[in-house]
Amino acid sequence: MSGATGSKLHSMRDAIAAHVHDGDTVAIEGFTHCISFAAGHEIIRQKRRNLTLARMTPDLVYDQMVAAGCAKKLIFSWLGNPGVGSLHAIRRRTEPAALAAGETLLEVEEYSHHGMVGRYVAGAHRLPFYPLRSYSESDLPNVNPLIRQVESPYGDGKIWAVPPLNPDVAIIHAQRADEEGNVQMWGLLGCQKEAAFAAKRVIAVVEEIVPTSVVRADPNRTIIPGLIVDAVVHEPYGAHPSYVQGGYDRDNAFYREWDAISRDAAATDAWLKEWVYDLPDRAAYVAKFGAAYFKNLTPTSAPSGAVDYGDYR
Amino acid sequence: MSEQKPASRNELMVVAAARALEGKRVCFVGVGLPNIAVNLAKRTVAPQMELVYEAGVFGANPARLPLSIGDPTIVTGSTATVSMHDLFGLYLQGGRIDVGFLGGAQIDKYGNLNTTVIGDYTAPKTRLPGSGGACEIAINAKEIMVIMRQSTRSFVQKLDFRTSPGHLGGAAASATLRKEQGWGGNGPSVVVTDLAVYGFNSDGEMELRSIHPGATIDEVKSSIGWELRIPANVPETPAPTAEELRLIREELDPTGAYV
Repeated sequence: MSGATGSKLHSMRDAIAAHVHDGDTVAIEGFTHCISFAAGHEIIRQKRRNLTLARMTPDLVYDQMVAAGCAKKLIFSWLGNPGVGSLHAIRRRTEPAALAAGETLLEVEEYSHHGMVGRYVAGAHRLPFYPLRSYSESDLPNVNPLIRQVESPYGDGKIWAVPPLNPDVAIIHAQRADEEGNVQMWGLLGCQKEAAFAAKRVIAVVEEIVPTSVVRADPNRTIIPGLIVDAVVHEPYGAHPSYVQGGYDRDNAFYREWDAISRDAAATDAWLKEWVYDLPDRAAYVAKFGAAYFKNLTPTSAPSGAVDYGDYR
Repeated sequence: MSEQKPASRNELMVVAAARALEGKRVCFVGVGLPNIAVNLAKRTVAPQMELVYEAGVFGANPARLPLSIGDPTIVTGSTATVSMHDLFGLYLQGGRIDVGFLGGAQIDKYGNLNTTVIGDYTAPKTRLPGSGGACEIAINAKEIMVIMRQSTRSFVQKLDFRTSPGHLGGAAASATLRKEQGWGGNGPSVVVTDLAVYGFNSDGEMELRSIHPGATIDEVKSSIGWELRIPANVPETPAPTAEELRLIREELDPTGAYV
């Protein structure tokens, strides 16, 4: 479906309904920065089931989706609440002693960061594997049979390999895009570009929709072209409680608060009811916090100097 | 200057780790205590040091103490902000990192680390975060410094899971494998705890180098899960200076969240 020209603007509800299906492998990427919580919450509201959730760092968004019953499997490289501690809803589904009656253990498939990045790179490049030096004398290949060794064709011995990861859908949050889905981003770039190029479908969620002329005035800033984007969603504050460089700060208070909420299954369910199920969309979530709340998360300005591309007509 | 409170054990640990970075050029930083130690070193013994964060920043100049590994303060004013693929490929595996900081739930006498599970992998007692970048930092950074609180639960005879290789089963095996695999790193060189500073001997085994002021040999021995070799003379770790304590308390961790 990607490749179409013209506006791809959709509501989050329509974008998720059209592109995320039960049983899909979904990658909501973004390393601490620009995590589309708005998409995660809409997937919860639409009650998707049996998803395989891929992310380098599952973060709160996957803890919430696992708590809501969306997932059967996790593919990841670091499973924690960054700067705080554990993801307790996920721990309840990975530690047999903590498992509630009637629940099953999540399937887990884990790598290191370089391995996980390499999986997206191989997927995006349509290659059969990505070679890397990690993993000898680590127990990771012993518990993940997809991490394998191959003989170098140049006689340099063996090298480890990870297989390509081609998600059914990648969901990427960024500062801005035009209506065709040409996405521009700055700050931590994570592996958004690689995940998007590897995916069969791409949803781009942005803080701001800008005219194409704005994109073309700074083409080095474009990380994902509209060519590979299926839907563009305009969702201000859509990454909260993660952050958007230059837009709003990470809500560290909420990351700490989630630690307490998520330790208790009933409190987690109550939070999901109040902040996800009982709200129609992200705009209502933002309104429920109120403008003053987000004002406190807004940094003072630190603009880049503009560069000169030159006019060569 | 008003009278300072004496240094806490966590402060002794942070100061000892910072001093171990003297003269180092490129350091891969983790969050929590390593973050404070590295930022203290940059203000004292290693002003030229480049801070690298795995989130994709080279040459960070954080204006506040980063609260997570991907805090926006590491981006603003940095020398370069790059993709994770560039960071792990070009910078780390490409051999541009001098020192990597690691910690973990468990360490053994050869400096191998576990950050994955306590108990059996398929039915863990405690599910820990996993590798993140630790497995590749351990093999690609030229040397590894470890900062961890010391106890018999964390300094163990046998790891439940080896996430990140240290000196494997000993220095000879480690050197052979590192060469054979083309790894850029030489493995762990220093372990700093709340009680002492350790190095590694020619067998690749952890060896006591100094004891922090206020700690005793008995305390050190009884909080390690293997028979630690104690040299004849163990010096005391030099006490923190007033300026080091002031930097920690007033600039780096004013709310006392970490130290």
